[in-house]
Amino acid sequence: MMVSENFEARLILGVGILLIGFPWFADWLDEPYLVSTASRIWIYALAAMSLNLLVGFAGLVSFGHSAYVGVGAYVVGILAWHQYEETNFWGLPGTLEGFISIPFAMIVSGIVALGIGALCLRTRGIYFIMITLAFAQMLFYFFVSLEKYGGDDGLMMMDGRNKIPGLDLGEDRQMYWLSLVALGLATWFLRRLSMSRFGMVLHALRQNETRLKAIGVPPYPYMLVAFVIAGALAGLSGALLTNHMEFVSPDFLHWTRSGDLLIMVILGGIGTWTGPILGAIVFLLLEEFLPLLFQEIGLYLFSEHWRLVFGPLLIGIVLFAKGGLHALVFKQMKGVDGAFAN
Amino acid sequence: MALLQIEQLHKTFGAVAATDNLSLQIKHGELHALIGPNGAGKTTLISLLSGSLQPDSGLIQFDGRNLLQVPEAIRPRLGLVRSFQITSVFPEFSALGNVTLVLQSQQGHSFRFWKVARNDFELRSKAKEYLKQVGLDQESEIPAYALAHGQQRQLELAMALALEPKLLLLDEPMAGMGPEESLKVVELLQQLKGKITMLLIEHDMDAVFSVADRVSVLVYGHVIATGTPSEIRENTEVCSAYLGEHEIPVAN
Repeated sequence: MMVSENFEARLILGVGILLIGFPWFADWLDEPYLVSTASRIWIYALAAMSLNLLVGFAGLVSFGHSAYVGVGAYVVGILAWHQYEETNFWGLPGTLEGFISIPFAMIVSGIVALGIGALCLRTRGIYFIMITLAFAQMLFYFFVSLEKYGGDDGLMMMDGRNKIPGLDLGEDRQMYWLSLVALGLATWFLRRLSMSRFGMVLHALRQNETRLKAIGVPPYPYMLVAFVIAGALAGLSGALLTNHMEFVSPDFLHWTRSGDLLIMVILGGIGTWTGPILGAIVFLLLEEFLPLLFQEIGLYLFSEHWRLVFGPLLIGIVLFAKGGLHALVFKQMKGVDGAFAN
Repeated sequence: MALLQIEQLHKTFGAVAATDNLSLQIKHGELHALIGPNGAGKTTLISLLSGSLQPDSGLIQFDGRNLLQVPEAIRPRLGLVRSFQITSVFPEFSALGNVTLVLQSQQGHSFRFWKVARNDFELRSKAKEYLKQVGLDQESEIPAYALAHGQQRQLELAMALALEPKLLLLDEPMAGMGPEESLKVVELLQQLKGKITMLLIEHDMDAVFSVADRVSVLVYGHVIATGTPSEIRENTEVCSAYLGEHEIPVAN
């Protein structure tokens, strides 16, 4: 079956609408904690989706994407902490208002991405991978050394999740819906973006940068804007993550988290719409349920060292399913055959 | 004043002088062919002109401007456009998509994030005209990677033309084409002659001597002779240096 991107987009929309009902389904299963697991999946899918803008569209393999997730997460955490302590942050009061701190998290992440991107985008290939990783690690150690905000231990949201008018995020279901809607909106936004003139330039950039220059388009500003958009969306995912966990720590920025995001994108299918979502679902479900599974069947060694199975499994999928899970689901969709064909 | 003025251009790669004290003038409206044996530095010269390489020394003036101060990606906007010896298109875009992107880039910046690009029918019909000009209008919806080699070469030309060049640098536009396709390109060059100034690098001597107004001969990075096709054909230095004492084939 050849699938067009339009079909894929409608499929995501349809399944997304069905997923609104998931909390009731979890109730019916009598497993309400699944709602929280699912929220986490949508939040990570959003981060993977934003990374896919760089990796899948523009061909820029960023290995430091968790930095922007982490910055967004810390913005929400720090603002909530100042609200709790009733202190000021550079003269500004803290806040627990979601419609202030979440957009603010996106803006700060975007600004950080602007600074880091401006430097990293002067390199290509393996150097780009390494320098994005290096900057992300710098930020990681920055938050580790930030004693005021908990250092290594991180920050708790003592007053609970952000307040958003009309929503009660304290309830897991509402947190779930917010995460799902955020993922849906981000997917819709990125899809529009990919079809716009700007998107065409990004697709062209991935295919043939030399040619792009030869038709009079300097790649740098376009890459930088893509980097900032990806950073801001990662910041949104970070802001949601802090809310979801009511906690933020430097661990959010650790390089292994960047690796996880890349694995989600590659596992799911680079440059596709369902790819990052499928990747996040499979990755996080395996991570959560593989240890439990081994415990259940009595393989206690593996239930402790479940990564021994997890790693080869991921490698297997990537090796044998070229094009990732997306290609498994939508058989024979060859590359992006005609998909991006303008 | 010539459209393109190259003076004492030098470019070395290690010990190899790919461009050695090269001077050349291209006049408005002419089709200037550049010939020379393999390794004479023809493609190096194109790369220096297009800006993908920087010379060690020398001067390039284009349309009265010092070209060396203009970054690579800006040069096409001045009207200096190249085609590639090794086919260079956007493989995942359709033929039409390739040319549409070129036209999009002609309309200024592409920081337009919302409108769906492929619904710009005006742009697409304009792109179709360029495909028609090179004889590729039947294949407009085919992804570029699926086009035959000769068709990709034609697409390359359509993209170059869509940039509305003042000076078109053609790096072996007929490389790898069948005789029929080559003939089409020669016809196209005849049509464009006089409208667009062209610098043509080509190994097909029949083609070169039939379409060129002037011919320059490049050997070891240095222009050893410039003249009309008949002058070049009779030039003994050219015969011995380039053609290995064989006769230059007579154009039909």
